[in-house]
Amino acid sequence: MSTSRTTTTRPDAIAPRAQRRDSARRQSRLAWMLVAPTILIITIVVIFPTLTAVYQSLFGVKGIDPETGFVNDTAPFVGLQNYANMFIGESGARFWNAASNTTIFALLTVTLETILGVTMALIMHRAMRGRGLVRAAILVPWAIPTAVSAILWKWIFDAHGAANALLGTQILWATSDIPAKMAIIVADTWKTAPFIGLLTLAGLQVIPDEVYEAAKIDGANAWQRFRRITLPLVKPALVVAVLFRLLDALRMFDLPYILIGARKGSVETLSMLVQDEASNLRYGSAAAYALMLFAYVFLIAFAFIKVAGAEVIGAEEKKKIPLRQLFVNSRLPWKRSRKAQEEVA
Amino acid sequence: MKMKKFREGLSNTSSTLGIIGIVIFCLAPFYWMFVSSIRPATKIFETSLWPSDVSFENYGAVFDPSRGFGRALLNSVIVAGTTTVLALIVATFTAYALARLEFRGKTLILTVIVATSMFPIVAIVVPLLQLFTDIGWINTYQAMILPSLSFALPLAVWNLHSFFRQMPVELEQAAMIDGCTPGQAFRKIIMPLAAPGVFTTAIIVFISAWNEFMIAVTMVNDQAMQTAPVAISKFGGVSQFETPYGSQMAAGIVVTIPLVILVLIFQRRIVAGLAAGGVK
Repeated sequence: MSTSRTTTTRPDAIAPRAQRRDSARRQSRLAWMLVAPTILIITIVVIFPTLTAVYQSLFGVKGIDPETGFVNDTAPFVGLQNYANMFIGESGARFWNAASNTTIFALLTVTLETILGVTMALIMHRAMRGRGLVRAAILVPWAIPTAVSAILWKWIFDAHGAANALLGTQILWATSDIPAKMAIIVADTWKTAPFIGLLTLAGLQVIPDEVYEAAKIDGANAWQRFRRITLPLVKPALVVAVLFRLLDALRMFDLPYILIGARKGSVETLSMLVQDEASNLRYGSAAAYALMLFAYVFLIAFAFIKVAGAEVIGAEEKKKIPLRQLFVNSRLPWKRSRKAQEEVA
Repeated sequence: MKMKKFREGLSNTSSTLGIIGIVIFCLAPFYWMFVSSIRPATKIFETSLWPSDVSFENYGAVFDPSRGFGRALLNSVIVAGTTTVLALIVATFTAYALARLEFRGKTLILTVIVATSMFPIVAIVVPLLQLFTDIGWINTYQAMILPSLSFALPLAVWNLHSFFRQMPVELEQAAMIDGCTPGQAFRKIIMPLAAPGVFTTAIIVFISAWNEFMIAVTMVNDQAMQTAPVAISKFGGVSQFETPYGSQMAAGIVVTIPLVILVLIFQRRIVAGLAAGGVK
């Protein structure tokens, strides 16, 4: 293969602008080819099921039709009944309980995790020795499967477990309302506060020391330096970390499901409610609850991004050299270069 | 001068104390799991910091053939492994295109991928459960692998995307000026250099797939097809009212140890990967 036929051998006949357009088209075609499998999979496993859920949510349960007394083979169309049921009666009460549990858990755990995580990050950032040890330790709660950590905390919060022994109490954590909630919050905070700490630490490490030195010379005390320098500079990293954690907490499932149990009102979250309905073959109402959760998560994400100004996608740096140039200049296996070769020949 | 030294000493001590505090916070519950796993069943409710009798009977009980825990571990390896490999193959190309190529609709695709990673998985579980029931996929590997891609793929794309963006674009420029096609530049120059990033992403994706619970518990009701986290959560005691904490703790240790070893070996890379994927 000759490598000599490079930029110089190209015919000058083609106008630069046409070249550019052509190369942009070719680049875009290659990009779509590379992106297509991902789009296909996301369509199959996310978009298609979501749309199906919308359709499903309009149907009731197979079974005996109350009006005719016959057994239905197909689920009856019930319109918006599943959505209406969320607000009234027994199913309504269960939904509101799940919605409030979900909200309480998300708010409390994320607040606690953020405070603890930032504290941890500040400690780690200042530490001279033992950084490797802490970094390893901090990854352990993250790496433990949530299901396993739920069992671990179930054991700690057992009536005869370590929590009661340590606190000198005899609380039945799993069966009382508030203690059950507390157990979930403690377990979730343990698992994810280190993670927030880790991400915040990454944000702290890019702040140059000179900034602090300058502030010190100007007479800022430690608290002022934290408030005026550290927080604003670490905010972008922190905001994204908190957003992801918040959305994660809103879909909490494994932890309460295993630690306390399925269908336990004290800790039932929206995800648990959906899963319970689905596994009892009430697909219609399960889908309606699921879409409600989806809307809720979407709303929170939207509000959070608006209020806190999270830049999730991240501004593309504009100074990047456009690859377009390369596509024009290099030898390519596509049609046009063949045409160019023919022309040369 | 003296004052300064004193203050330095104080700050060193407090930061050391802080470090110890963090390590205890992170490891104490894990330690408790380990200590409980080596207590004999009769002394499981002891609350001493170290068991008076050390026994490995819980580990024996975990691997008792009637429990099928070995099979559950194998299932987990198959499901998490396949999910990781599939996600990485597909994600590498997509992430490269998103990081390097200019095309219309790029921001839209990035947005879709980020939105997918924030998506409540339970919303797709309901329709897929019905679909899989209809086509007879309940209790199959694909019924767990396919839905797992919904979180594994965006995670992989996002991580690799930030790795590719960190690599200088001059690499491809040089290669292409020397006569490589973009395909060749990708294969011969980018892939070898991106290998560490791909590897890090693989670990992160594998850990999240290994930890998956909701899909596995919903799509499978046959004990032989359960993944390890589901199997542990369903361990039964002798009677209905007894929770076999000893063997659950032992099983928890068995499931976690491979991950903890991975994390300890590759901690630097994992931290870099998490920071890149989570913050950017």
